[in-house]
Amino acid sequence: MTNAILTGLMLGGMYALIAMGLTLQYGVARIMNLSYGEFLIAAAFTAHWLFTGWALSPFVGMAFVVPAAFAVNFAVYKLLLTPLVRRARTRDALEVDSILATFGLTFIVQGSMQSMFGGAYYSYSYLAFPVQVLGETLSANRLAALGITVVLGLALYLALTRTRAGTAIRAVAVDPAAAQLVAINVERTSALTFALGGALVAAAGVLVSTFLTFSASSGVVFTMKALIIVVMGGVGNILGCLIAGLLLGVSEALVASLVDPGLTLAVNFALFLAVLLVKPAGLFGRATR
Amino acid sequence: MGTTITRRMALLASVCAATFGLVATAHAQASLKIGYAISRTGPNTGGAAVTTLPNYELWVKEVNAAGGIKLGDKRVPIEIVQYDDRSNAEEAVRAIERLVNQDKVDFILPPWGTGLNLAVGPTLNREGYPHLAATAVTDRAPELAKRWPNSFWLLGTSADAAKTLVDLLVKLRDDKAIGDTVAMVSIADGFGIDLSSAGRKALTDAKFKLAYDKSYPIGTQDLAPIINEVKALNPDVFIAFSYPPDTLALTEQSRIAGLNPKVFYTGVGTAFPLYRQRFGKNTEGVMGIGGWSGDSPAIKDYLARHKASAANGAEPDRWASAVTYASLQMLQQAIEKVGKVDRAAVIKELQTGTFDTVIGKVKLENNMPTRYWWVGQWQDGEFYGVAPAANEGARKAVVPKPAWVAQ
Amino acid sequence: MTLRTTTLGAIALAAIVLLAFVPRLANPYYLALAISLLQYTVLATAWGMFSGPTRYVSLATTAFFGVGAYTVAVLGEVLPWPVVLVVAASLGAILAAVVGLSTLRLSGVYFVIFTFGLAELVRQLVVWFEVNKSRVLGRYVFVNVTQSDIYWQLLILAIAVFLIGWLVARSRLGFALRIIGEDETVATHCGINTTIAKVALFTISATIMTIVGAIMAPRWTYIEPSIAFNAMISFQVLIMALLGGAHRLWGPILGAVPLVILFELLSARFPNTFTIILGCIFLLIVYLLPRGVAGLLESGKARWGETFKPRAVA
Repeated sequence: MTNAILTGLMLGGMYALIAMGLTLQYGVARIMNLSYGEFLIAAAFTAHWLFTGWALSPFVGMAFVVPAAFAVNFAVYKLLLTPLVRRARTRDALEVDSILATFGLTFIVQGSMQSMFGGAYYSYSYLAFPVQVLGETLSANRLAALGITVVLGLALYLALTRTRAGTAIRAVAVDPAAAQLVAINVERTSALTFALGGALVAAAGVLVSTFLTFSASSGVVFTMKALIIVVMGGVGNILGCLIAGLLLGVSEALVASLVDPGLTLAVNFALFLAVLLVKPAGLFGRATR
Repeated sequence: MGTTITRRMALLASVCAATFGLVATAHAQASLKIGYAISRTGPNTGGAAVTTLPNYELWVKEVNAAGGIKLGDKRVPIEIVQYDDRSNAEEAVRAIERLVNQDKVDFILPPWGTGLNLAVGPTLNREGYPHLAATAVTDRAPELAKRWPNSFWLLGTSADAAKTLVDLLVKLRDDKAIGDTVAMVSIADGFGIDLSSAGRKALTDAKFKLAYDKSYPIGTQDLAPIINEVKALNPDVFIAFSYPPDTLALTEQSRIAGLNPKVFYTGVGTAFPLYRQRFGKNTEGVMGIGGWSGDSPAIKDYLARHKASAANGAEPDRWASAVTYASLQMLQQAIEKVGKVDRAAVIKELQTGTFDTVIGKVKLENNMPTRYWWVGQWQDGEFYGVAPAANEGARKAVVPKPAWVAQ
Repeated sequence: MTLRTTTLGAIALAAIVLLAFVPRLANPYYLALAISLLQYTVLATAWGMFSGPTRYVSLATTAFFGVGAYTVAVLGEVLPWPVVLVVAASLGAILAAVVGLSTLRLSGVYFVIFTFGLAELVRQLVVWFEVNKSRVLGRYVFVNVTQSDIYWQLLILAIAVFLIGWLVARSRLGFALRIIGEDETVATHCGINTTIAKVALFTISATIMTIVGAIMAPRWTYIEPSIAFNAMISFQVLIMALLGGAHRLWGPILGAVPLVILFELLSARFPNTFTIILGCIFLLIVYLLPRGVAGLLESGKARWGETFKPRAVA
């Protein structure tokens, strides 16, 4: 039981980590980013390349990957998405446009990874040793990932609630039109937030690569998981994201050890659907958009 | 408009090429057109990129370097037409129809995986092309071979796979090397379920105690709960009918949790070079599906050629890769024996002939081989076939598996 | 007006007659391509029927498609073919009605993700049931249905879809849905029972998708959940309908036909760089055709018609 809960927490931490970036991109910059998982895999590939080619620890590698991802995502927003944002008259229109555009982007990123790394599975061993916590054996890499998730989540939460820039970001999330009235540069804030989301997903990609096997075509799995968590927690809400991720992780682990591992994913989706039926805007979402 | 012009020119060019091609074939076979549709995108990509594609490319490269395939008294080079089936049954079927009717290829190489091979089966049968399925494991193989006499099921049936594994376990138990507690997990898709159903029956018939018997869905990202549960039961044998990502995850988790049964068996992916690269010394004693006669000179030579040809010097996997390459050798020898593009005669030749391949002499019975490698084991950094023990080149299984070491 | 309708009707009739002869004229590859075109035309039009007027973006297409395909896998060898189709359609309708009733409160992206989750849930449950109860996963479909049969069935279904769409648009239901699409609150205040209207249309659209899945299943011999419940189908249908323009009944077909052909041409010409080129073309479409092909045609028509009649304001 303790074991199941601990495992669940670690899994949930990974889910939350994967979803944090998307909740920023979607909640604040209003881009429903379908190519999100592809960027995660791209970061995983980079970490793998740095580790096997340059013997660079993934945690050191993060110092390169995360700023690079920030820059790339900033450029993607400026070049590809700004025209759509300017063109869109309503939020619905932007949603449809961003689904289409990022769907196209999915193919480009995935195709590039395929031509660079081929379609095979990739995996490497890092921090793969057992650690004793509360008398239970856990793997060090997953535990490290959980630790970094908590740190990132807390830092982000504090930055959003305690700093001026964070307040501006939240203002844009609530109402872009009104934010403009109080002299917030909405376009710039959105671009930076989108890039920040991209940086977070890159960090997630690096961490995930230390314990999961991935290939150029496995991005969509992460996009979907992230979307579900974001929506379940309430779009744009970091705290909701953390809780939804943990909820899914713990329920998955409990079902796997107490009921049947065959039902884990079904329970995940059922839980998600149930939350939406009771609270249509997610756990921490506002009822109206 | 620029686009219209280019499109028209492209059309013109292709018409020219088509007419030219027709004229050329009318005179003499200038090249042998071989087509395939393979998963370059989607969930099947990982398997196709390891097992199928490098072997197709290696074979074509080698045959063309030797001047081509011998038709009668002259050699004709192979010309390749290839598509992406996007891991999708509908696309795979359409691609085959396109290869047959548009490109009018002489021969077709099959896609990767059980599902897609079954999907293209009826079309290849209707059009009369030989279908050498080297990456499909299905219990219906004998029945399919009867239904579609042009189809050859080279990887065998899952019932056979499970039975061979259990036979090995029975022998080990008789030798007092293991006890009789078994924990079995399987992935919830066609392959895993077929194998676990057959395994369950064989294990119960052999009076093994099945302490744990569960399946997990595709895409499960943390298998720790399963391993922890299994560890608490302390079985003598751990069997996982798994796919590559979970094969790696299960092994990793077992090492972390210290699950070290006397027999540790995992599914697809155990035979991949990636597995050794990931686990190094810890592969020692791990059993898995597949295997090959690692000491045979033909296999050693094949391994070296594969490494030299594939991108990044990738090695073949130790199961279906060699079978895939052997299937291409069989096709080549059958075509050369017939001496012309006569598909019915080639099918006949494949059914009755004996072929010299990297996996040894192959003679099919009822469109299926008579020998398979079902259980392999990592020994000294190579994945040797250990069962069936009657196979040429079979090594003796090392039991109990050595303890995991720190990496 | 009547003249225009008659002309359109005549053209449509001629097209149908012509299309009916495709299996007799085309080689198997063109027949396969035609089947693909019809499949996506029907799916995208059915998708647009519900999502166009209500603006609810659904990703559940594959859930219904898969239920249809799976029904055939389970019952195909047991029951006569027409009965199988009826069973599949009823299952799809029941599932759609249940889903429709439970998703009323959701809107916007919540609905999008919900429908996606639904497709996955259905798939997971089918897997679990097959694994633990029937102990087989992956079923074989050996039924006597030829490619031409599949084509004709799809053609009939396509005609039915356009007829249903046309009738719905002219009914009170269609009018109600357009108001819901503009503003759901207003619709409620007008005394429209938004629940019944939405569920009814969702059910019609989903039933059609289920039948498509059932008709297509015999093409693949072997069906397992990952083949039947392929999430890509949902995305492709969505993209096709949006590209064509979901606000018109004839919009989705303008997206489905060019995209199917484009996919086909690209995967044939550039098997290695296919995905990258596809992505670039996608982006181009988004930037150059903001309102879909239907929108482009309309604005083109409006521009040409300016001198003759007052321009319709969107």
